Amino acid sequence: MLRRLPDILGRRSRLALTVGAALLLLLPFAVDLSLGRGWVRITDFALLYIMLALGLNIVVGYAGLLDLGYIAFFAVGAYTYALLGSPQFGLHWPVWVVLPLGASLSCLFGVLLGAPTLRLRGDYLAIVTLGFGEIIRIFLNNLNGPVNITNGPQGISRIDPVTVGGFSLGSAHQFAGLEFPSVHLYYYLFLGCTFLVILVSLRLEKSRIGRAWMAIREDEVAAEAMGINTRNIKLLAFAMGATFGGLSGGLFAGFQGFVSPESFGLMESIMILCMVVLGGMGNIGGVVLGGVLLVLLPEAFRHGAGPVQQMLFGKILIDPESLRMLLFGLALIVVMLVRPAGLWPSGRRQRELTADDGVAQQEQETVYDASR
Amino acid sequence: MDIFLQQIINGLVQGSIYALVALGYTMVYGILGLINFAHGEVVMIGAMSALAVSKGLLSLGLPVVLAMPLGLLAAVAICMALGYTIERVAYRPLRHAPRLAPLITAIGVSIVLQNLAMMFWGREYHAFPPLITSDSHQLGGAVISDLQILIVLTALLIMAGLLLLVHRTNLGRAMRAVAENPAVATLMGVNINGVISLTFMLGSALAAVAGVMVGANYGIVHYYMGFILGLKAFTAAVLGGIGNLRGAMLGGLLLGLIESLGAGYIGDLTGGFLGSNYQDVFAFFVLIGVLIFRPSGLLGERVAERA
Repeated sequence: MLRRLPDILGRRSRLALTVGAALLLLLPFAVDLSLGRGWVRITDFALLYIMLALGLNIVVGYAGLLDLGYIAFFAVGAYTYALLGSPQFGLHWPVWVVLPLGASLSCLFGVLLGAPTLRLRGDYLAIVTLGFGEIIRIFLNNLNGPVNITNGPQGISRIDPVTVGGFSLGSAHQFAGLEFPSVHLYYYLFLGCTFLVILVSLRLEKSRIGRAWMAIREDEVAAEAMGINTRNIKLLAFAMGATFGGLSGGLFAGFQGFVSPESFGLMESIMILCMVVLGGMGNIGGVVLGGVLLVLLPEAFRHGAGPVQQMLFGKILIDPESLRMLLFGLALIVVMLVRPAGLWPSGRRQRELTADDGVAQQEQETVYDASR
Repeated sequence: MDIFLQQIINGLVQGSIYALVALGYTMVYGILGLINFAHGEVVMIGAMSALAVSKGLLSLGLPVVLAMPLGLLAAVAICMALGYTIERVAYRPLRHAPRLAPLITAIGVSIVLQNLAMMFWGREYHAFPPLITSDSHQLGGAVISDLQILIVLTALLIMAGLLLLVHRTNLGRAMRAVAENPAVATLMGVNINGVISLTFMLGSALAAVAGVMVGANYGIVHYYMGFILGLKAFTAAVLGGIGNLRGAMLGGLLLGLIESLGAGYIGDLTGGFLGSNYQDVFAFFVLIGVLIFRPSGLLGERVAERA
């Protein structure tokens, strides 16, 4: 794929790609200088969430399976990293062991959860995953007694930073006379990982498996008639999404240095789902856009809401935190009403939904009737 | 024995509240095939507005026997208006949209309602005045209060009324027709939009009553109470067989019993390893178990996989 890239892209898009890459590489320094270091951290989180959203996109966007407990897999990855790389048990296993272990554990959970439920209708999967997310959170919250495993609601702190061959991302380093603080280093790590996930998603989308997923999404019975083993293929999507979730979870634990059950509530699952659906299900660009918007806008609002009210009314009338969530909820409703397929829908879906031969319209109506 | 009986009583009270909320989910699902995610928040708004109205009336000097029922009525009216608005604004325009779109607007509505409630009533817990001056009765070693009896009886009465409405009236027949096949129902002269609106209003009225019951039963209400309650009520609806009214009632009562017995005995069963703080887990284990062994729910008919 990478080898063929220059042939696929024209000269102009190659230039655009180079400029884009340079901008992305310079971004942390630009953000640091203009907005402050806190915003570099927020950018890092945005990348993490984009990774999560891309993982969920495989499940929801490609295979059309509604997963409302996705954050549970993130939690499994994060807690695996935290338990094996912190003073909690005095273990300090290397990243190369812990990250894959967390990802495979998440994958295992995904298979265990998916195997019995994936033969059912989609809505049931939504509720089971939602329940699973809550179960994981309740266990994390309560497994501090009689044997203290997760340290309960206090969470686990002083987690080892991501360290590769003695090079710790937890402290600043000098390169070519330039100071790279820890958040910058994590930015590059996450950027690399995000690109890896995008690449995998792109390749999957065009592969035999990806086409099978989309066939299942559009019409499961027809897909089965075409010889697709729908249960296994759906399970594959579910497990793959879970694996990505677990991997991001490990990175999150190393980056944050602290995990607690609070980070893994249903609201977080919903946030990630909103990124996927709002941005445009099944379209990688849309999902990235959704992730960026849903991390940055609320943050911007958190910083902006207080001062703006102060300026307009002379005092703070409404608690900025609840105003932020209120506007977030309104935005979800409005965007869905105006663009039900998301801000940047995938081209294939777009064509399917807007074909002007009347068949699409008819299909949509029958789908509505049948999906009751 | 007395602990067992006590847990049964508590479970029945909790279960009848779940059943009322579950009915709201199951009616909407039966007709639209939509998980009305905002339903739990309607319960919360019901409890909060009943509290606000009855508090206002009490401060005007009305006696409790008058203020509380008026507060309940006001809550029912507010919730019906809310249910109508939610359907009109967030669901109706999306009836032909991709399946996930109405789910996202439902989540949006839920967030908006929660935060509006937080703005009005703050983050703190509010004390809920008792509905009636409640005496306690001894019953074979267990205690049951007038309030608990009232809750269970009211819930049973409402459920019986709802069954009559759905199976014996023209409106009920229209609702069942729309659930069966909207296109054909239109041809038979049923006003689909009207029926759907009424279904939402009916479900929301039940939610308001359930909200007041929760407030009276626990004595406190706050802006976040609807969320987990809604989740469990949905579980109850699935347990009974979603789309099936009797199923929702049975599922609600069963879930209440399972939870209360589970929380009462989990400590003994696991030798003290797991405590009653795992109460919330039961609902979901039950749910997963049901879906594995009897996916259509206890009373639901087998639904073929439909694309």
